[in-house]
Amino acid sequence: MSTKKYKEMEIGAVLPAATGLQFKTGDWRTERPTIDYEKCVECLICWALCPDSAIRRKGTKVEVDYDYCKGCGICAVECPTKAISMSREEV
Amino acid sequence: MATIQRTKQEMMELTGDHAIAYGAKQSGIDFVAAYPITPQTIIVEKLSEYLADGMIDAKYVNVESEHSAISAVIGAALVGARAFTATSSQGLALMFEELPVASGMRVPIVLANVMRALSAPINIHCDHSDILSVRDQGWVMMIAENAQEAYDQTIMSFKIAEDPSVQLPTMYGIDGFIISHSMENVYTLPDEVVSEYLGVRRSLYKLDVDNPMTFGPLALFDVYFEFRRQQHDAMMNAYEVAKEVFGSFEQVSGRKYSPLKNYMTDDAEVLIFAAGSTVGTARLAARKLREEGIKAGVSGVTLLRPFPVPEVMETLSGVKAVAVLERMLSLGSPAGPHYMDLASAVYPQLDVRMYDFVYGLGGRDIDADMIGRAAKTALADAQNKRPNEVRFLGVRE
Repeated sequence: MSTKKYKEMEIGAVLPAATGLQFKTGDWRTERPTIDYEKCVECLICWALCPDSAIRRKGTKVEVDYDYCKGCGICAVECPTKAISMSREEV
Repeated sequence: MATIQRTKQEMMELTGDHAIAYGAKQSGIDFVAAYPITPQTIIVEKLSEYLADGMIDAKYVNVESEHSAISAVIGAALVGARAFTATSSQGLALMFEELPVASGMRVPIVLANVMRALSAPINIHCDHSDILSVRDQGWVMMIAENAQEAYDQTIMSFKIAEDPSVQLPTMYGIDGFIISHSMENVYTLPDEVVSEYLGVRRSLYKLDVDNPMTFGPLALFDVYFEFRRQQHDAMMNAYEVAKEVFGSFEQVSGRKYSPLKNYMTDDAEVLIFAAGSTVGTARLAARKLREEGIKAGVSGVTLLRPFPVPEVMETLSGVKAVAVLERMLSLGSPAGPHYMDLASAVYPQLDVRMYDFVYGLGGRDIDADMIGRAAKTALADAQNKRPNEVRFLGVRE
């Protein structure tokens, strides 16, 4: 809970950029994508389609950022080589 | 800034709509978005003419709905533009969803609303149901009585909205057809005087790819309340700023504005409270009542939000009865919007009785005799300590 008083807060809730980075949504996930790099052809379709920008890439190598991935499974559905599988999250 | 004498001002024959478009042109608007079809008015038609004739340097976007119009205007204002739109009746209703967005994001856009009835049944004539229904959405609001005020309020709206201590969207209304489509003589300021008066808009924050910021974030129970609380302060600032702007505009134009327009109120026993073009008719009614020996006065509201509580207190003290004229039927409510504002402003300090009269819905005419009868009724009811009930002027009962 914020302790700032209203006069100390930003006018109109205009904030610095990229505040979403501070809000990790990975623990919302019930299913976890796993990439099988044997099958991955580095097409970047998963990277382009991830609605949370939670597929990171270095060049054409992709990996899942589990701090932000909500487990929607779009990457697994869209992967043309079925390189991404979804499995139940376990505690 | 020196006063421009009226003789130096150009007198133009303008409809209320045209007066607003002309004022917006002189205000140096950078951006207009409007839905061009019914219930739109000549305001945006004139602006598109100005643009086509190269008389304004602005971006004009025709959109597919009023919801899109105001959304585009908010976006343009976030980039730093001086942005304007105009609408009416169902159009304002369709904008509703974005009205608290504009005020919550503190974008100082200006909206001219031609006040017309809400459907159903379909009607295109004067009625205040549209503007009064959106009165609690964080916008500074003014109501103009005639084309001159419509022109002047266009310029003053930008001045109030863009003040650093306000930064709130501002809307003002003119009576549909009665003012919007009637031609009057309007004193207009020279272009350079308006430019100098308003200056260039300076925004607190801008959408800028080189300096990215987050606009309109999620704010839940831990912070949302505080942002709303800020808006209350901004509104309170707007009351002071509006009065300052009325003062500075008088310096420039020679025309005097105040939150309430009072007429023969000093010794009034019965006060007629009204908004829009009816204020003028009420002044005639008050003069007729005085000829009959009834001390009547008129208070017309210019600044509707923030509501001018100190002026109302001062005006109503010593008054026995108020006839409140409402061009909106607040269905199911104990009284109309003006009555609720007035009553809550003076209760419990003043011993004054108020009576609500709904009139003119859907453009139904009102005349001085009807207003006179309402004032007499209010005075008699106050003497008899009769409770208020919503009553109607000019309806077949």
